[in-house]
Amino acid sequence: MSKSKVSARRRWRESGLALAMLAPSGVILGMFVIYPLVKAIFLGRQRCGVTSCRTTSWHQYVDAFRSNEFQDALIVTLKYALITVPIGLVLGVGLAVLADKYIKGVGIFRTIFSSTVATSVAVASVMWFFLLNPNIGVVADWLGGVAKTPGLLQSPDTALWAVSASSIWANLGFTFIVVTAGLQSVPKDLYESAYVDGANGFTRFTNVTLPMISPVLLFVTVVLTARAFEGFGEIDLLTSGGPKAKTTTLTYLAYGKGLPTSGDDGLRATVTVLLFFVLLILALFQFRGLEKRVHYGN
Amino acid sequence: MATSSAGRAAIDQIHGARRVGRYALLTVTAVIVLFPIYVMVVGAFKPGDKLFDNLLLPNHFTFDTLKDAWHDGHLGRALVNSAVVSVVITLAQLITSVLAAYAFVFLKFPGRTVVFVIFIATLLVPLEATLTVNRRTMQSLGWINSYRGLTVPFLATAFGIFMIRQVFLTIPKEMREAASMDGLGHIGFLREVAVPLSRPTIGALGLFAFLTSWNQYLWPVLITTDQDYNTVQTGLKALKQASLDQPNLVIAGTVIVALPIFVMLISFQRQLVRGLTAGAVKG
Repeated sequence: MSKSKVSARRRWRESGLALAMLAPSGVILGMFVIYPLVKAIFLGRQRCGVTSCRTTSWHQYVDAFRSNEFQDALIVTLKYALITVPIGLVLGVGLAVLADKYIKGVGIFRTIFSSTVATSVAVASVMWFFLLNPNIGVVADWLGGVAKTPGLLQSPDTALWAVSASSIWANLGFTFIVVTAGLQSVPKDLYESAYVDGANGFTRFTNVTLPMISPVLLFVTVVLTARAFEGFGEIDLLTSGGPKAKTTTLTYLAYGKGLPTSGDDGLRATVTVLLFFVLLILALFQFRGLEKRVHYGN
Repeated sequence: MATSSAGRAAIDQIHGARRVGRYALLTVTAVIVLFPIYVMVVGAFKPGDKLFDNLLLPNHFTFDTLKDAWHDGHLGRALVNSAVVSVVITLAQLITSVLAAYAFVFLKFPGRTVVFVIFIATLLVPLEATLTVNRRTMQSLGWINSYRGLTVPFLATAFGIFMIRQVFLTIPKEMREAASMDGLGHIGFLREVAVPLSRPTIGALGLFAFLTSWNQYLWPVLITTDQDYNTVQTGLKALKQASLDQPNLVIAGTVIVALPIFVMLISFQRQLVRGLTAGAVKG
């Protein structure tokens, strides 16, 4: 009788403590993640000026999705992801495998390959802005042609590739670090038994290394894809979405300057909510498609 | 005997050749990766009128360009702002994450699973989808151009809570029971057992949070208009816009902005690896 009273009191006290411990996170996540998402969904059917908004209709989402600006930005974003993610992944894995052998001085190379993780989007973008600059950059002198006039960032044909180069370089350190950690967690005896079975270097890589690091590759793919879809700083600093909107990604369409969304929070909300759903669908596909091929030890 | 030693020599030769090849490949790739950084560092030490005098060679040396970039870009103020904002966000995230994770792992309360799912679901919401409304919130609070505006939305993250929860789950429940027998309450257990046992993960989360907030770009662009509240990232953007005719200043600016993080990452390499790989490790 009294025992159950004590435990009831303890349960109350525990619930109170839990509430106190969850409150700080709950308030922040509620106020700055959940509320703004819900609010943005409703804001997305409005058009806003500087001081006030007026409601149009839910059809604003359909109109925005069908608009040329959105369709073009969606295609640019997909291209951007399709360039940066596979190339970044292959280069990162290549460097990690190259620096995985225990040979003298490999630590220095590892530090060098990790180093780009220290450059923020702004630092990397400003660096590449000057590197690719047609008037002062060294790349223009070496390559000539389009790199000289009008410049790799200024030509509609090459701008997205130039932005991609900057972004691939900036993300290389991250990919290298994560894949290296993955390689080091592969049990060495697996390689030995594959060696005994007569597997050569390439077969050992495809049949042992790749399956064993597949969870890491999935993680890197997801992160790099998200970075491509959410990329803003590199576009803002390298091309401002141009030339001819060839580098206007979805995130830049929502927050960039001189666009239909500029100064209109309603239209911004429409675009970002659509971006949220695009990312949600993408995440679903990535996990469905890749989960099957990923090997999670035991 | 003789043949085996000859074979041995041949194998050694192959290994030797392979090793040389590997070093060559490592060196070439390292040069390519470092190239943009090298160009910036060389440029940062050249006087303005000598920048185009052979871009790749360090044939002039002066600190004046760095000094001018420091003054013109207000980079001292920007570095302090970035440091204050990042330290506040990091410490707050560690505290909020540890507290929430503790509640989810060691406390029993009604609706625990539902609350946890709601918290974790916020991971699916991209930052970009919340910023428009958050900026409006900041406007109505009068927090545009303020440290509060730069920090408050990021004082807690589902990622941090999840990461700490994963390590708290590895602490055996028996330890909590034993501590309870000894009269140690939840706060005592949190401070004396749970946190000390999780120190590596907490350190990794701290570094990750610091790096993420240091690198923030879009949010500071949206809610600061006053250069007194520039972070290093928006400061660099401002410097680039203001000094397009003086590229050497902007180049020196990138070196100043990048240096502290380079030094920090080289000193905390192990925590960084742990922080970056946390998401890749199965829970």
